[in-house]
Amino acid sequence: MKKKVLGLLLTVAMVAGMTACGSEPAASTGGDAGNQGGELIKVGIINNDSNESGYRTANNKDLQNMFTEENGYAASFAYSNMNDEQINAAQKFIQDGVEYLLLSAADTAGWDTVLKDAQTEGVKVILFDRVIDADSSLYEASIVSDMDKEGETAVTWLTNQNLSEYNIIHLQGVIGNAAQKGRSGALNAAVEANDNWNLVTQQTANWSAEEAQQIVQSIIDSGESFNVIYAENDDMAKGAVAALDKANISHGVGKDVIIMGFDCNTWALQELLNKNWNYDGQCNPYQASKIHEIIQKLEKGETISPKVIIMEEKGFDANEITQDDIDKYGI
Amino acid sequence: MQMLKKITKQQIFIPVAALLILAVFNLIADPSFYKITFGYNSAGNPVMTGNLITILDSGSELAILAIGMTLVTAACGGQDISVGAAVAISGSMLLRVLCGSNTRPETLQAPIIVAFLVSCVVAMFFGAFNGVLVAYFKIQPMVATLILFTAGRSIAAWINNNELPVISEPSFGYYGGYIPGIPIPTPFFIAVICIIVAVLLLKFTNLGLYTQAVGINESSSRLNGLNPAFIKFLTFVLLGLCVAVVGLIKVSRFSTINYSVIAKDIEMDAILAVALGGNALSGGKFNLAASILGAYVIQFLTTTLYKVKVQSDALPAYKAVVVILLVVMSAPIVRQWLAGLGKKLKKQVKEAV
Repeated sequence: MKKKVLGLLLTVAMVAGMTACGSEPAASTGGDAGNQGGELIKVGIINNDSNESGYRTANNKDLQNMFTEENGYAASFAYSNMNDEQINAAQKFIQDGVEYLLLSAADTAGWDTVLKDAQTEGVKVILFDRVIDADSSLYEASIVSDMDKEGETAVTWLTNQNLSEYNIIHLQGVIGNAAQKGRSGALNAAVEANDNWNLVTQQTANWSAEEAQQIVQSIIDSGESFNVIYAENDDMAKGAVAALDKANISHGVGKDVIIMGFDCNTWALQELLNKNWNYDGQCNPYQASKIHEIIQKLEKGETISPKVIIMEEKGFDANEITQDDIDKYGI
Repeated sequence: MQMLKKITKQQIFIPVAALLILAVFNLIADPSFYKITFGYNSAGNPVMTGNLITILDSGSELAILAIGMTLVTAACGGQDISVGAAVAISGSMLLRVLCGSNTRPETLQAPIIVAFLVSCVVAMFFGAFNGVLVAYFKIQPMVATLILFTAGRSIAAWINNNELPVISEPSFGYYGGYIPGIPIPTPFFIAVICIIVAVLLLKFTNLGLYTQAVGINESSSRLNGLNPAFIKFLTFVLLGLCVAVVGLIKVSRFSTINYSVIAKDIEMDAILAVALGGNALSGGKFNLAASILGAYVIQFLTTTLYKVKVQSDALPAYKAVVVILLVVMSAPIVRQWLAGLGKKLKKQVKEAV
């Protein structure tokens, strides 16, 4: 019996430990572009693990397509979702003598020392996708998405629908994530400001379609009425739609329930084109061309100002989207 | 009194009691919990909806995993914590075979049954990998399966080159949804088939007896002519088969996969189902029916908590409370104390008479 208790305690401790460590500690380096000819610019790219999401996959692919020998780069890549592994990779890149260090940090904290090392070694640092807590003198530029603005764009769109009453099912991402904060913040503010905006439920479905389906299913089973589903990513919107389909509740343009998603996956935009969903907010993963521009400027000796560059991001309305948009913006 | 004692001594008493408590709670809180409506989904097929149907639907994956997990627990006295990652691998393999090199195929590149068999082989291979580490290298099950737990989801992503395949063929959705014309969700039928197969396996082979013998005393079972290492290995391979079935249901639900969230934390729920079934997590005797019931009780709890709108990130905390209660209730000291209390009551009743 003692063993049984011990076993259980161990299980619990293990789980706690594991979640604290993050779930994907696998790190890999590779893809060195080989020849170090005089004209090639050496860059070290540190990114999050590309199986994190469709967004990350697109982001990573974009970088790999840009930083090739044909474009004048000798690029090395390192992937990890863990900060300490990323810092190790950064130190290795600095030792290897890269000219530019491109960084999408897993965590905002802990980067000061290694970035100071980079500065003394003359390595220029460019942040992309994620911000860090470090003095802005330590990096040349930062190319990021404005998550707050993504939320605001979506909420503005929703306001313009001029419904007489907004009964919203709010499906949140993993709590505390920058994307979740920005996208929830705007909606929360609108619900507070308007009397005819009500949250039927506000639950985190942890970016998962299945959890979203269960949450929406339980609302349908309890017989509460709603007319908007505000899902903070496409997967959760898909899960919600599956529950609606099962209960034969119509959704989409001109139907009973408005469906809103984020990230602009190709399949999600296709749903928009078919008028099954109403809105999809973009989270732009294509930072590579911007980074390329900045490197070209720095090579010419120019300085970048302002240092923070916000990616341009759109929100798509099902009434206006075209096949061209899907081909261009789908990830 | 004697009868009551007999009932409470039954192993299946724990999950049944938990189920009853939940059922009564819902009956008092809101009887409409049990309402089942018959309607048509947007594709025009008849479906039944309601909380009970949701429980049968969503609890099925867990029930299937609980079968394998119970066997592993009984034989090895330890648990496999890599099943969630293994589900991701087998699901990814299934989609890889169905899609070929194109991630958005118009038509399936292979029959579903072929893809499923391939994913079975892959999942059983990874089960065998865990089994070899545990049975032949004598590594603690939790430590051995930690390897796949950490690496599994990356392997799953690698199988499909980090792409997220989407299948447009509607018949692929039947396994995680509804077969046209049948109003009960398919996962429930799949779970029933798995349970029947497991029961037949235990009835007509010595598997049940052997796993319990190995779990109770490894050296004495060896002296009796069993091969404990092989039995342990076999339970992991069988768990692999359960994983493949769950993988099919999971990817079929949305006809796609998301490597980082598919079957997330399902290993802990599967272990909890085994514990809730009153099985000793240190191995030995087991009761399969109790584990399966335990799995549905967990889903019952989840659905109840969604229904009363508990914040979903607080769900694990509620499950933790269940674990604490279970562990405390099954501790020998508490059992002794309860038995003593029962005797005292009996005495008082006798004196009063």
